Amino acid sequence: METFTYYPGCTLRNKAKDLDEYARASAKALGIELEEPADWQCCGGAYTTAKDEIATKLSAVRVLDSAKSAGRPLVTVCSACHNVIKQTNYDISRDAEMAAKVNAYMQLDTPYNGETTVYHYLELLRDVVGFDKLREKITNPLAGKKIAAYYGCLLLRPAKALAMDDPENPTIMEDFIRAIGAEPVIYAQRNECCGGYITMEDKAQAAKRSAKIMDCAQDQGADMIITACPLCMYNLRKNSGSELPVYYFTELLAEALGLKEGANE
Amino acid sequence: MNKYLKEQVLRSSGANVLKCMRCGKCSATCPSYDEMEYHPHQFVYMVEKGDIETLMKSESIYKCLTCFACVDRCPRGVEPAKVVEAVRLAAERQQGGDRLVPTDIPELLDDELPQQAIVTAFRKYTK
Repeated sequence: METFTYYPGCTLRNKAKDLDEYARASAKALGIELEEPADWQCCGGAYTTAKDEIATKLSAVRVLDSAKSAGRPLVTVCSACHNVIKQTNYDISRDAEMAAKVNAYMQLDTPYNGETTVYHYLELLRDVVGFDKLREKITNPLAGKKIAAYYGCLLLRPAKALAMDDPENPTIMEDFIRAIGAEPVIYAQRNECCGGYITMEDKAQAAKRSAKIMDCAQDQGADMIITACPLCMYNLRKNSGSELPVYYFTELLAEALGLKEGANE
Repeated sequence: MNKYLKEQVLRSSGANVLKCMRCGKCSATCPSYDEMEYHPHQFVYMVEKGDIETLMKSESIYKCLTCFACVDRCPRGVEPAKVVEAVRLAAERQQGGDRLVPTDIPELLDDELPQQAIVTAFRKYTK
C-alpha cells in the first residue's frame, strides 16, 4: 500500500463531508493510504496572485513542507485547495524573492523551494492508479448514466501552474466517467466559471453564471453533473435554479466501487 | 496621475502591461463582462496610462471572479486578472478599505453555504 500526505481543507470537514469520506473510502479500496498531517491550516480558498502578499501563502507552504518532510507526494481533493497549493508551489519554485521572504519568515531546518509533488485526487486516479486499473476494480459500473463533467476554472487554470490537463479541451474527468462505466457528456461551459465567491457579493451574478452551466449541460442530454469543488456544488445546486442533480465525483467513484451503502442491492 | 500608485500596481501584479496589443480577447472571454463598468482590457490600458484611482473607485474591482480565463487566453501573456487583483488590493489596503467585514457574514449565511465561500470572500474583499 502506497502512502500519500492528504490535505482535506476546511470545507471537507464541514459542508463537504461527502467529498472527503468517499475519497478516503475509495482510496483505501484502491490500495492507497491517505495520511492527514496533524497540523494543517485552511488554504484561504483563493490564491493571492499579488507578489507583495506573503502571509496569505504561508498555510499552503506549511502543508507542502510537511509532505516534503514526510518524503511523500501531497494529495488534494477540493479544487480550490488544489489551486492554491499548486500556484504557491509553482511560484515559490520560480520567484526567488517570494521564496526568500517565505523562508526568512518560516525559519525551517531546510528552506522550502517547491520540491513537493502535488496530485489532485483525479490525477492520483489517472497517474498513480491508472484509469485502466480503476476500470478493473469497478464492481458496480454506472452503465447508461450520461454524466457531464464540470471542471470549472480552479482545476485547469492557470495551466502553467496547474498542469493537470489541456485547459481548453480537458479529458481527465471524461476518462474518469468512462472508467466508472458511464458515458461522458461534452458541453461548452464545462471549463467556465460558476461564479465562485461572487455569491457573497452579488448573488444575481452567481445565479446567472451557474444557470448558464447547468442549462448547457442539460441541453447536451446530461442526466447529472459532477464536480470536485464545494463552492461549485453550492452555486450549481443552490443558485442556478436548475433541477439537474449535482454530485461530487468521489461519491460516484465510491458507488462504482461498491462502497456506497446499498449500492449493490 | 499618481506615479507611486502605478509603480505599486505594476510591482504587485508582476504583469507587463506594455505587452498588450489591444485585441480584447480578455474582455471577450470574461464571465463578468456584463457586470463590469471597466473591462479587463481597460484595466490593462488604464494602468499603463496611470489612471488607477478611477479603477480603484469603480465597482468593477469586486466583479472579477479570478477564474484566470483572461490569463490563459491572452495571446501575449499579459495576465489581466493579476492587474485587477493588484488594483483591488491597492483599494482594500487603504484605511477603511475592506469591502466585507465580519458583521456582514451572519445575514449571508444559509444551511448549505460552504466554509470555502466565506474564507475566499474574506481573502478577496478584505485586507
